[in-house]
Amino acid sequence: MLTYAIRRTLQAIPLMIIISLIIFAILDKMPGGPLAPYLQNPHITAADIKRLEHNFGLDRPFPIRYAAWIGHYVTGDWGWSQTQSEPVTQSMLERLPATLKLTVSSLIFALIVGLSFGIIAAVKPYSPIDYFVTTFAFFGQSMPVFFFAILLQYALAVHGIHAQAFGYALNFTLPSAGLTSTEGGGFFDQVRHLVMPVIVLSLLQVATFSRFTRASMQEVLHTDYMRTAAAKGLSFGRIILKHGLKNALMPVVTIVALTMPGLVGGAIVTETIFAYPGMGRLFITALNQQDFSLLQGYLVVLAVLVVAFNLAADLTYGWLDPRIRYD
Amino acid sequence: MAIAPRVAVQAEFPPPLDQPGEEYARERHLAWKKFTRHRLALTGAVVLLLMVLAAVFAPLLSHWDPNAIDSNWVGTPLAPGTYGHALGTDDVGRDLLARLMFGARISLSLAVTVVVIEILIGTVVGAIAGYYGGRLDYLLMRATDVFLSIPLLPLLLVLTGIVAASSTKAALNFDSIVIIIGVLSWPPVARLVRGAFLSLREKEFCEAARAIGGSDPRIVIRHLLPNSIAPIIVQATLDVANVIILESVLSFLGFGIQPPMASWGSMLANAQDTITYAWWDAIFPGLCIFVTVLAINYMGDGLRDALDPNVK
Repeated sequence: MLTYAIRRTLQAIPLMIIISLIIFAILDKMPGGPLAPYLQNPHITAADIKRLEHNFGLDRPFPIRYAAWIGHYVTGDWGWSQTQSEPVTQSMLERLPATLKLTVSSLIFALIVGLSFGIIAAVKPYSPIDYFVTTFAFFGQSMPVFFFAILLQYALAVHGIHAQAFGYALNFTLPSAGLTSTEGGGFFDQVRHLVMPVIVLSLLQVATFSRFTRASMQEVLHTDYMRTAAAKGLSFGRIILKHGLKNALMPVVTIVALTMPGLVGGAIVTETIFAYPGMGRLFITALNQQDFSLLQGYLVVLAVLVVAFNLAADLTYGWLDPRIRYD
Repeated sequence: MAIAPRVAVQAEFPPPLDQPGEEYARERHLAWKKFTRHRLALTGAVVLLLMVLAAVFAPLLSHWDPNAIDSNWVGTPLAPGTYGHALGTDDVGRDLLARLMFGARISLSLAVTVVVIEILIGTVVGAIAGYYGGRLDYLLMRATDVFLSIPLLPLLLVLTGIVAASSTKAALNFDSIVIIIGVLSWPPVARLVRGAFLSLREKEFCEAARAIGGSDPRIVIRHLLPNSIAPIIVQATLDVANVIILESVLSFLGFGIQPPMASWGSMLANAQDTITYAWWDAIFPGLCIFVTVLAINYMGDGLRDALDPNVK
C-alpha cells in the first residue's frame, strides 16, 4: 500500500508538469504580459518597456522562460503581485485558509447530506422520501449557483425570518457577506457567516452525491452478500452501513473526485457573491486588473489541489475495496 | 371465423420485415413510446419547445425594443404590469419580457452551437482513440485526462479575460465565447465515444464489415457511429443544459456576453444592485435559466431511458 501511494504520487508529477506548461502557455498570450500595468502609464516610454522586458528576461525564447519560471516556482519565488503590493505567495497564504474552510466544510456537508439522502431513498424506493430526494437532485443540478445565492441572500439576509408565537419573538437573519463581523468575531460569528455560502456551494454536490449513492446503493441491496448478512441476523443499521454502504461507495468516490474541479469553480462564484475573502474572489480581482503573477499563482495552487484530491480518491479505493491489488 | 385467429396471431408476433430499414423504424417507434411514457421528460420537452418558440419569434411577440432605454424610468424599475410592461422594466427602463426573449435567443443558440462543436471534436478524438487503440489511444486519452483535471471555470475565465484584455471587452462576443467553451469541453464526449467504440469494434458485425473489405472510414461512419449514437445524443442534451449554466456564470461574472446585449446571466448580474426593491429583475431571468435547465435535464433523463435497450 505504501509503495503504491509513493508510486502514484510520483505519477502525478508529469501531470503537474504538463498542466504547468499549459498554464504558462495560456498566460503567455495575455496582452502585455507581466508588464501590462506599465503599458498604461504615460511616463513610461516604449524604450523603457524594451529595457524592462530585457531586464526581466521576457525577450528570451519560450522554453527558456518556462524553465526559469518553473525553477522560481519550485524554490518558492512566485513573483510580485501588482494589485496587492506583496509577494504572490503571501497573498495566496492569506487567502488559502478562508477558501479551504469554505470548500472543505461544503464538501463535508455535501457528503453527510448527500449520502444520507441517497441511502434513505435507496432503502425505501418509490416512497414519498424517495420522490423528494430524486426531485431535489434534479432541482439542485439545474439551479445556477449565483441565482440560488441571490435567493438565499434575499430571504435570509435582507428579510430574515421573523415570527411571533406564544409571546416569543423569533428574529433570525444571517449576515449576507464577509468572513466575520466588522468587530471581529468568535467561532460562532464565523459559523454564522459560513452558513449561506456553504449551503450555496454544496447544493450541486448534494444533488449529485444523493443521485449516485441512490443508484449504487440500490444495486448493492440486491446482491447475495446482503441477503447473507440479513440471514445471519445482523442488525439493520449494520447491514446497511457496514455491508451495503462500504460497497456502494466505490462509484461515489469517483464522482466525488470528478466534482472537485466544479467545487473549485463554484467557490469562485460563491466567494464573489458573498464577498468572502478567499482565493476565488482574489482571482476575479486579479482577472479584472490583469494581475499576471497573481493569476499564475492561483491557477498553480488550483492544479495542485485538484491533482492532490484525485490522488486521495485513488488511495481511498484501496481502503474500500481490498480486491484492488497494488503491485 | 377464419379471420379472428389471424388477427390474434398478428397482435402477438411482430409482422415480418419487408425491408431491412424497418427494424430501425420499429426500434425508433419503441423509443418514442418509452419517451412519451416518461411524463416529466415529455413536460420538459414541451417547456423547452415553448422557450425555443419564444426565442425564435421574439421580434414578433414583443413590441418593445430589448435595448431601448426609457429615460423617464432610469433608476426606478417599473413593477410588472405597469405601463404595458408585462414583467416590468430593469434599472434603465428596458422592458424585461423583451430582454428575456432576446436573451433566450443568445443563451439557447450559444449553448446549441457550443454543443455541436464539442460533439464534433469529441467524436473525432474518441473515434480515433477507440477504433485504432494502441499508442495513439494512450496519447489521446492522457491528453483528455489533463484537460479533465484542470478546473474548467477558472480556465474559461482566464481565456475570456485574455480576449477581453487584448482589445476591448466588446470583443467578448458570441463567436469568441462559443469557440472558447466549445474547444475546452470536448473531453467527456471523447471518453464516451472511445468507450463505445472499444467494445463495438470487437463485435461480429464489425468483423464482418472488415471481412467484406470495408475501409476504416466506412466502418466507422456506417457501422460504429450509428451504434453509439444513443449515448452521444443523451450527453449532448445534458450538455446543452450545462453550457446554458456555464454561459450564465461567465456573463454573471462579467466575462461573458457584454451589455447592452441581453443574456439571462448578464441580466441577473445587472439586477443584483436593485434586488432589495425590484425583485422581478433578478427573479425572472433566474427562473428562465432554472426552468430551461430543469426541462432539458428531465428530457435528457427520459431520452436515456428511451434509447437504452436494457431499460424496459
